[in-house]
Amino acid sequence: MLCNYSCGSNEHVMARRQFLSQMMAGTAALGGLSLFSQPGATAQLNSDQKRIVVFNMHGGLSQLESWDPKPGTNTGGPFRAIPTSVPGVHICELLPMTAQQMHHLSIVRSVNTAENDHGKGAYMMLTGRRQTPASNFPVLGAVAAKALTPSDSPLPGHIVIGGGNGNSAYLGPKYSSVSLNGNPPPNIERLSSVELQADLARQEMRRKLNERFRSQRRSALTDAYTYSFEQAQQLMERKDIFDVSKEPASEHERYGTHDFGKHCLLARRLLENGISFVQVSHSNYDTHNENFDFHLEQLGEVDRSFSTFVADLANRGMLESTLIVMLSEFGRTPNINVHYGRDHWGTAWSVLLGGCGIQQGAVIGKTNDNGTAVVDRQVDHGHLFHTYLKAVGLNSSGSFDIGGREVPLADPAYSPIEELLV
Amino acid sequence: MTNEVTADAEEKGETVKADPAQTHVDTQWQTPSPLVSCRFDPTGKYVVVGGEDYTLQRWDLTSGTAISFKGPHDSWVRSLGFSPDGQTLYSGGYDGRLVWWPASAETPEPIRTVQAHDGWLRSLSVSPDGSQIASCGNDRLVKLWNAADGSLIRELVGHEHYVYSTLFHPNGEILLSGDLKGVVKQWNIADGSCARDIAATPLYSQNSGQGVDYGGVRALSISPDGKYLAAGGLHKATNPLGAVNEPLVLLVDWEKGEVVHNHVTEGVNGMSWRLIHHPDGYLISGTGGGGGGWIMYFNADQDREFFRFQMPNTVRDMDLHPDGIRIATAHYDRHIRISRMISKPA
Repeated sequence: MLCNYSCGSNEHVMARRQFLSQMMAGTAALGGLSLFSQPGATAQLNSDQKRIVVFNMHGGLSQLESWDPKPGTNTGGPFRAIPTSVPGVHICELLPMTAQQMHHLSIVRSVNTAENDHGKGAYMMLTGRRQTPASNFPVLGAVAAKALTPSDSPLPGHIVIGGGNGNSAYLGPKYSSVSLNGNPPPNIERLSSVELQADLARQEMRRKLNERFRSQRRSALTDAYTYSFEQAQQLMERKDIFDVSKEPASEHERYGTHDFGKHCLLARRLLENGISFVQVSHSNYDTHNENFDFHLEQLGEVDRSFSTFVADLANRGMLESTLIVMLSEFGRTPNINVHYGRDHWGTAWSVLLGGCGIQQGAVIGKTNDNGTAVVDRQVDHGHLFHTYLKAVGLNSSGSFDIGGREVPLADPAYSPIEELLV
Repeated sequence: MTNEVTADAEEKGETVKADPAQTHVDTQWQTPSPLVSCRFDPTGKYVVVGGEDYTLQRWDLTSGTAISFKGPHDSWVRSLGFSPDGQTLYSGGYDGRLVWWPASAETPEPIRTVQAHDGWLRSLSVSPDGSQIASCGNDRLVKLWNAADGSLIRELVGHEHYVYSTLFHPNGEILLSGDLKGVVKQWNIADGSCARDIAATPLYSQNSGQGVDYGGVRALSISPDGKYLAAGGLHKATNPLGAVNEPLVLLVDWEKGEVVHNHVTEGVNGMSWRLIHHPDGYLISGTGGGGGGWIMYFNADQDREFFRFQMPNTVRDMDLHPDGIRIATAHYDRHIRISRMISKPA
């Protein structure tokens, strides 16, 4: 087994030229694409921009060491359950600070995706569909970028922090993920060899030449180029929002100075500045060996940073417009193996949600006493994907118009988890 | 303790000497859950085991009967120790609790419970004179307790990471503790000062691809002549999350504080969970992992083991009987096994 199977690479770091090329490709693609089959949908979105943040726990977060502890059973492991800010709801003792934010959050404890493969599980959880050779679907981040980002925004709508990348499929490259690693993006600054005045003069000349050309030969392609240059220019002017080092030292201290803390703080900064979708990845939970030691290590980082993030969104009035999701590609086996590890387990595990459109302090579904099976309100990736979309005000039964062909936003065979929604 | 015993005394009356090459499993008993710890009591009558079901069991070595210790632990008991007279059992759990028990009582009830650490209590050790208990854990602290009344004598502050192991030096004046990053601290018991750090850093690795810290000083032992400190754990951790690593025991010259031998066990996947120096001078390592369970024997003058014995299942803890002949091993397959380092009865 290769455990760092899906850590991806950070080679897709945010770059001005990359962004420029995505804009051009994306704008060109827009020629044959409309947002929704429902006429009112776009207006609905413009009224109040909603945002989504996904915490992707690479490798498979153990539900028993997080949201569905079973202490004292043959599968429970060494950790205890602790009470939370929601009376009667207990989570694992590894998350004491998050426990104090549970009144902002809800747990779905009855996820059964029946998939134990890393790649397939990740695809299902991020696209809401089962992977097939004949089809390719956009990830949640791409859907959110297209559906939730105002058309005049100069900013990319789909950002992944800390590894991985998001496929936009038929939505076009404009909605593919832009990857950040917590450092200021490279190549976003004006070249030091180009003086400001020279740069302005060059832009002005480009603008005049472009206007002259457009006045005689305007086409979708020329519009795309114009759009791309202008967006890139605006992006350069707002480059600071990608630079988490601009946050005060006291904020870094609150979030924790490790990578995950920095990434959570960057996520807050991006969301505050109007980015529609941010995915924060944390690695690695593929704990076939020493599951308990490694969850202790990993969740020790997560607890402080994540709880601070949730509290900040609540205190800043952002929870009402921001959907929070913490997911993995699957959970981990109730059985503790010979190496004090837990293995892949898609049969009975948990996903955490909160914020925009989500009930506060709810627990949906139930597993049996030792966590080996779902015994109430079984759901899977399809239900969850519908729920994410509906929570941010989208009609999850709607469709994209792809060259005249209607493509459903979410798998039509499923529906949202209505009792979880506000 | 002597290694010269009357082996099978009740039957033969012959005096024998431990011979690692004759190691064989003599007895095994099945327990209710996978085991995580084991210790012989100093009188040699019992072996006590801790399981994943949070309980302790005391097995009578003669009759093969067991009594359960049920009580204040609500997590795994990974560390056990006895008073030198064998009257008191100390148990340390991942609930951070340190518990005093009447070791030989018919129906054992806890004598005292102390919330010793914030987070896991990973290891405990009893001073040679029995007056103090040392404990260490995930709160990065080492603590000294008064065995008589459970009061805290002193906190030893200085480790920067989880403390995995602790051991009293046989001279009773020094305490050792080893952490995740491979730092072994030598503490002066009298005043709590740290005399020196001994580097056991080969036992630690950071895997950037998987984003994890791994390894640590899992076991400590002092040679009978006081010349060597052994620190055990793992190395070659190419895939920590997948349990791909090999056992490593560092033999340290006590005076110089320098590693003089890397005791490796080539071809075996796993780690050293427990180290004990036999009174005859050689080192015994209880090893477990993906390569199964092994008892490894090392001499101080060479890197490689001079004998290895494979157990039927992975080893998670090990102890040496006061007779110097018997070895107890705690296993994942719910068995406590008693091996002997003498030839099998005919």
